[in-house]
Amino acid sequence: MGNNPLEIFIEKCKACGICYTLCPRQAIGSDEQGKVIITEIDKCTKCGICENHCPDYAIIVRREKN
Amino acid sequence: MIPELEKFFRVNKLPHIWCPGCGNGIITRCLVEAISQLDIDYDKTIVISGIGCSSRAPGYMNFDTLHTTHGRALAFATGVKLANPELTVFVITGDGDATAIGGNHFIHAARRNIDLNVILYNNNIYGMTGGQGSPLTPTGHFSTTTPYGSVDRNFDITKLAIAAGATYVARGTAFHDKLLTDCIKKGVENKGFSLIEAITMCPISYGRKNNFATPANMLEWQKNNAINVKAAQKLPPEKIAGKFLIGELHNEPYAEYTAEYDKLIAKYQEGAK
Repeated sequence: MGNNPLEIFIEKCKACGICYTLCPRQAIGSDEQGKVIITEIDKCTKCGICENHCPDYAIIVRREKN
Repeated sequence: MIPELEKFFRVNKLPHIWCPGCGNGIITRCLVEAISQLDIDYDKTIVISGIGCSSRAPGYMNFDTLHTTHGRALAFATGVKLANPELTVFVITGDGDATAIGGNHFIHAARRNIDLNVILYNNNIYGMTGGQGSPLTPTGHFSTTTPYGSVDRNFDITKLAIAAGATYVARGTAFHDKLLTDCIKKGVENKGFSLIEAITMCPISYGRKNNFATPANMLEWQKNNAINVKAAQKLPPEKIAGKFLIGELHNEPYAEYTAEYDKLIAKYQEGAK
């Protein structure tokens, strides 16, 4: 994992494309099947838009707890 | 899924049956998140649904659930609530289920002001049966039964609920998920009939016929066409025309049905002694 805040359960992904279209920083993109892949994780701000709008609960954004 | 919410789902039933890009999963997560933030007994929470895409949701939720007949979710829920008034009752219903097949149950449950929390998944279409037009398909929009555009006017379900006597009415969308969660929480806190219209999207049966290329386009449509009711008060009417309001639309407490019913029973039992 390292400093990667995104955990993706690719077996749950139905390739709808909502997460990477809504991502404001283009930190995630699609593979050749249209499923989500991490492209530029350094851009991720952990805003949670992908997590909250994934209809199939395939993405978790890990946030450090204070 | 957010690990804290996993206990509210029947994880072995997931992934769900809904199509890729269907907004029902988002609305269901908002409902579960609202329940997790509320101070209610999960063993005294029941989720009841009718028939349709939306009504599959209780099958994935780890509460006592009832999957009933088409349009009759509110009738079953009325019975459940009257028999056990201490239960927190959620009713999950769709636009066709609540406004067409169950239209009469809907207005009369609202009229009685019985303490039910209705989450109406509005996807503008009968998705499960093949994309027929529902009473909430907007005028001019396409479906399998309106191939040249719908001539019928569509219901504004929130106005219908207010007119029928619902005491809490709100509207949220799949895009505005936090607002929707807040609306559901306030609906539960309201002692009386609460209607929360959740605008969701059906990219397969509705979107493909109505110029929405992708599910994300439909979410962006929600983002661009929704105006928060508080912001709308400051806007000129021409900026609101053609758009829809989201947020808390109506909140006017009134005597709750089961409490009134219990009072009546107590009154006449007192008289019999």
